[in-house]
Amino acid sequence: MSEFVNLFNGFATVLAFQDVNIFGTTLYLPFNVFIMIVGIVLGVIIGVLPGLGGANGVAILLPLTFSMQPTSAIILLSCIYWGALFGGAITSILFNIPGEPWSVATTFDGYPMAQQGRAGEALTAAFTSSFIGAFFAVVMITLLAPLVAAFALRFGAAEKFAVYFLAFASFVGLSKEPPFKTLAAMLIGFALATFGTDHMTGSLRLTFGSELLIPGFDFLIAVIGLFGIGEILLTMEEGLKFKGKEAKINLRIVLETWKKLPQYWWTYLRSCIIGCWMGITPAGATPASFMSYGIAKRVSKNGKNFGNGEIEGVIAPETAAHAAGKAALLPMLALGVPGSPTAAVLLGGLLIWNLQPGPMLFIENKEFVWGLIASMYLGNVVGLIIVLTCVPMLAAILRIPFGIIAPIILMFCAVGAYTVRNSFFDVIMMLAFGILGYVLKKTNYPLAPLVLAMVLGDRAEEAFRQALVGSGGSMGVFFSNPLVSSIMALGFIALFWSVISAGISRIRGVPATAA
Amino acid sequence: MSGDGNAANQGPAHRNIELVFAGLMGLFAIAVVVGALQAGIGWGFEGPKAGFFPFIMGVGLIGATAVNLWHGFQGSKSKVFAEWDQLKQVGAVTLPIVVYIALIPYLGIYVASVLLIAYFMMKISDYGPVRTVIIAIAVPFLTFLVFERWFLVALPKGPLEAMLGY
Repeated sequence: MSEFVNLFNGFATVLAFQDVNIFGTTLYLPFNVFIMIVGIVLGVIIGVLPGLGGANGVAILLPLTFSMQPTSAIILLSCIYWGALFGGAITSILFNIPGEPWSVATTFDGYPMAQQGRAGEALTAAFTSSFIGAFFAVVMITLLAPLVAAFALRFGAAEKFAVYFLAFASFVGLSKEPPFKTLAAMLIGFALATFGTDHMTGSLRLTFGSELLIPGFDFLIAVIGLFGIGEILLTMEEGLKFKGKEAKINLRIVLETWKKLPQYWWTYLRSCIIGCWMGITPAGATPASFMSYGIAKRVSKNGKNFGNGEIEGVIAPETAAHAAGKAALLPMLALGVPGSPTAAVLLGGLLIWNLQPGPMLFIENKEFVWGLIASMYLGNVVGLIIVLTCVPMLAAILRIPFGIIAPIILMFCAVGAYTVRNSFFDVIMMLAFGILGYVLKKTNYPLAPLVLAMVLGDRAEEAFRQALVGSGGSMGVFFSNPLVSSIMALGFIALFWSVISAGISRIRGVPATAA
Repeated sequence: MSGDGNAANQGPAHRNIELVFAGLMGLFAIAVVVGALQAGIGWGFEGPKAGFFPFIMGVGLIGATAVNLWHGFQGSKSKVFAEWDQLKQVGAVTLPIVVYIALIPYLGIYVASVLLIAYFMMKISDYGPVRTVIIAIAVPFLTFLVFERWFLVALPKGPLEAMLGY
């Protein structure tokens, strides 16, 4: 039960009043709650705007938090993430434009509902589902994260590497992109992470005699370029015209929709479980939302009506996306392996604030961990209230023409890229990554494994080399005890999952279906 | 994606871009392998040498790229990567960004941003000069306040800021 004591202390951290100096006047207010509201509002705006997603929104703002308390900083950044998760649904339903990749599945039934004049109902269902999915995932984190962390304390270098191997193998095996493209994207990420100083020996490598390459490539620059600039180029190519439906949302609509929702309890439970599973394995929110939608369509008695404005078609993907988005923090906190690109950026933040993610975090930085978890409970409630009350205002943001939005986003990308290390070279690299991101997206290479590999490259390499040092160079160390062997075995199963599942379907005589 | 009709006139073939891109990836992989070899991939007193891990990654990337090239060759020839008009749109954004970044060291990030926003508003969205000037100046000015005054984060500044005493 010590988790509940810890959680209670976490709430105390978040709700604590302190003296805050704002614009020269000192106010006595619960600073972390204030930060939370700011974060969620910013996040929703980021989620609504095309070209600014959770991952690069957090990456751009990360440098601004260097001077903050780590607990306040993580609350701000994680709330931006939750806000972005909420925001994606607004554009999907009203404009048929997914603000975030994970809300693509929400457009399938959300937009038809808006066309039928049921926008308010669709939005209420989406927000409530997000809330429930997120709540389920946070409860799971509260209960499971300390256990996972305690278990992971037994991990040596070999086990650590095996966990990384499992994480990346499941990317290759489970992603909807071709496996060799996923593999290539991932290896590019790992290779980019090795440029510059070797952290284990301090020696230089892959600099090719250039001073510019000595600091190496920072993954934040890659995130800002790949997701920010790349997305703007894609948006320009598609020539988006925003033609939105009116959003009428009032207390009566909200209450009427809420009355309808309990009958879908099974859809909720199923979507929550799918979401948590996909969030913990680093598949992330996007595949979770698609999978949940697909299963709901197959299982529901209204399955045939999916795509024509079925409320269940909004509930299923939104619940799963949020459950996955939050669940992605469990492996990040407990194992140091982020479950999504945005969680990867948050992990980068922890490293910058000198906090080592992983099992020791739960022992050495209790206040930080439980403050974050408590803020997830509170942030979820605050988020639901904000989005339910502010929809018309947020929809108005989208009516601002792209000709104004695009250069402002570009400016923030450049500012964000510069502030990471005060380096102009990074701004140039941001553009290079942007063009790379555009071509990668167009040629069907996934971006998430590249970013995750860049973030985890150093740590994975360190675990790999330390394990080999311990064993005197024998690869047998990765199969030297039941624990590490079973993690590695799981990794190989995940790696070859598409082959295995195709084989199973063939034995059953059913043609394999593409995910 | 419309893959019908005379592909060559609509835009570059998807297959060609895919192959060129995979080829570039292969070159990158070779560079990584060469760099790794320079750093040493053997066993030193500290355990595996610095080039050991990047070497494995580079070799793996060469392998993955080979498979992707092979798949690329088998791809359909009629599918278009993007229509020329669409690529023109992309170019119409990329070029100003290049100019913008090139100007930052000379004008500072704020003045360059004023020009970037003004260009987008006039050229891409057809705004009149009054609204353009107001927004193009207001947004970077607010950014200046937030970064330089409130968060005390110094961004690249140019002659204008120097004249004003920053």
